[in-house]
Amino acid sequence: MKRLKLPALSRTRDWLLVAVATYVIVQVLIYLEMIDAFWLPIVQLGAVMAIISLGLNLIYGFNGQFSLGQYGFYALGAYTAADITYRLNDANQLHHVLNLGPLSFDWGQTVSFVAALVVAVLFSALVAFLFGLPVLKLGSDYLGIATLGFTMVVYVLANNSDTILGFQEMKGARGMVGIPQLTTWFWTFLFLVVTMVLVRNLVYSSPGRAIVSVREDETAAKAMGIDISRYKLLAFVIGSALAGLAGGLYAHLYAFLHPSIFHFVKSFDPLIIVVFGGLGSMTGTVIAAFAWALLLQGLAVAVLPSNLLEWRYVLYAVSLIAVMLLRPQGLMGGRELGFLKNLRVVAQRKEPPVGAPAEPAPEVTHASN
Amino acid sequence: MPATENLLEIKGLTKYFGGLKAVSDFELTLKPGELVGIIGPNGAGKTTVFNMISGLYAPTAGQILFENEDLIGLEPHEITQHGIGRTFQNIRVFPNLSVLDNVAIAYHPHAHYTVWDAIARTEQFDRKERDLIERAQDFLAVFGLQDRQNELAKNLPYGEQRRLEIARALATEPKLLLLDEPAAGMNPRETHRLMELIHFIRDRFKLTILLIEHQMRVVMGICEWITVMDFGQIIARGTPREIQNNERVIEAYLGTGVAARIHH
Repeated sequence: MKRLKLPALSRTRDWLLVAVATYVIVQVLIYLEMIDAFWLPIVQLGAVMAIISLGLNLIYGFNGQFSLGQYGFYALGAYTAADITYRLNDANQLHHVLNLGPLSFDWGQTVSFVAALVVAVLFSALVAFLFGLPVLKLGSDYLGIATLGFTMVVYVLANNSDTILGFQEMKGARGMVGIPQLTTWFWTFLFLVVTMVLVRNLVYSSPGRAIVSVREDETAAKAMGIDISRYKLLAFVIGSALAGLAGGLYAHLYAFLHPSIFHFVKSFDPLIIVVFGGLGSMTGTVIAAFAWALLLQGLAVAVLPSNLLEWRYVLYAVSLIAVMLLRPQGLMGGRELGFLKNLRVVAQRKEPPVGAPAEPAPEVTHASN
Repeated sequence: MPATENLLEIKGLTKYFGGLKAVSDFELTLKPGELVGIIGPNGAGKTTVFNMISGLYAPTAGQILFENEDLIGLEPHEITQHGIGRTFQNIRVFPNLSVLDNVAIAYHPHAHYTVWDAIARTEQFDRKERDLIERAQDFLAVFGLQDRQNELAKNLPYGEQRRLEIARALATEPKLLLLDEPAAGMNPRETHRLMELIHFIRDRFKLTILLIEHQMRVVMGICEWITVMDFGQIIARGTPREIQNNERVIEAYLGTGVAARIHH
């Protein structure tokens, strides 16, 4: 009796083709300079915001834990990755100065970049684990305050990175320069796809259902035998590690880091993106992240005269209020499109399962008097 | 005397909330296969007893032995995995999840694949996830909910939500099922079906059932033994017939008018 049709390989391959096509089209547009030096970083910023917001959606949208810590982990990832490539870059230059022979420079940089991102992810995950262990026991509002505190602490540390922490190259409040500009459309797109696959595969699985059950009703989840502390921690660590990844990409996008980028007020950006896109909708998060980058950071800057530029934050706020009033469930309201759909549900709808007729349900056998 | 015959043995169970004595010196023994009811007026401490058995509250004093193992200090999910399932007075299905996912969550401790299997979609994931979903679908069919599997739990009518909640508790494969006012808010027709359902699951799953109930008709109709609580204490214990004729119960809980109705 085969009632469940898991997605066939061709299906996965179809989506892989869609991904490759998207990548190639954008790459061609970049080559033709239709996406120019102004728009390219904005497109990449959209992907970076999509990654950090997908992480938050896992924590808040799927697991129901209100976290304002995303920007803290974003900063952590950014400074960690930047410091690694900065040092390796230095070593490369030293190598060059000492005239130790030719270096396959690009190859070395790519390896150091990927290594830096891996370390940024692992470090964010480790900090999230140690921080999450005590604070995830808190109720939702208190967790929000605690994670906001985390973001503020990271901000202060970034401001004093050269004094308190002793990382001279981070230059504290003056901002870190000299980071190699290694983030390309290829890398942002690749990591966005990896993130989407990761979050999707996690959510549509038994551990994913355990994560969602915590959001739905903690007490009932416990009564179902779900170790809720474990799944809160799992979602928090993965979500925060994704923020670290996004940070690493961001650091090498503008090749400049300043503590003000990670000010706690900015930590509301991913929250707004997630709520705007719809809590618990991956599709909505990705769309909202690109909309945020393209409209707010791109179009508004390109169109509005500079003396009116600050008005975009007013427009931003007004559009948020409008969405909350008109569509409180967000753009997608928990629905998914295409690849991000739960294919199991699709398969079932096509082929409704036949109930086991051997056992009559008590529903039908009820006697009437 | 070895207590091996008892499935559940509660001794001297006491719970204080600050200065309020919610439950005091509660005792209960369940043998495998029994169907026992706890009755008592609002605030008598019945649900508090359930919350202590299922580990949501830590008792102030006392002992809860399940298959001769002390449950006190275990986390609620560990108690569920030991074989105690429960439902709640106010229905607690996962409202925004499908009926199928509600049951699938109960199978999670037996999923047999890791987070890594899920993310990488390994062969282990494909096989075990398919098993799990098929088991959940078969289980829904037993409860006549197979046609509802893709519907959100919150969209089911009240009676079916209650049935789903019971199905979900049974999917955790309990030896002991705790039902907290299963007939609350049901009309007579739904109540009647519920009583049939309780008989059905007990026979089919060879369960021991402990239930709290307000509606006399339900308790008197299906329970073999009844414990009556008032103000956190046990005031009577016996078969439904004994309870019906117990002076203290009639006075403290049923009132003379109600008692008369039951007799005729």
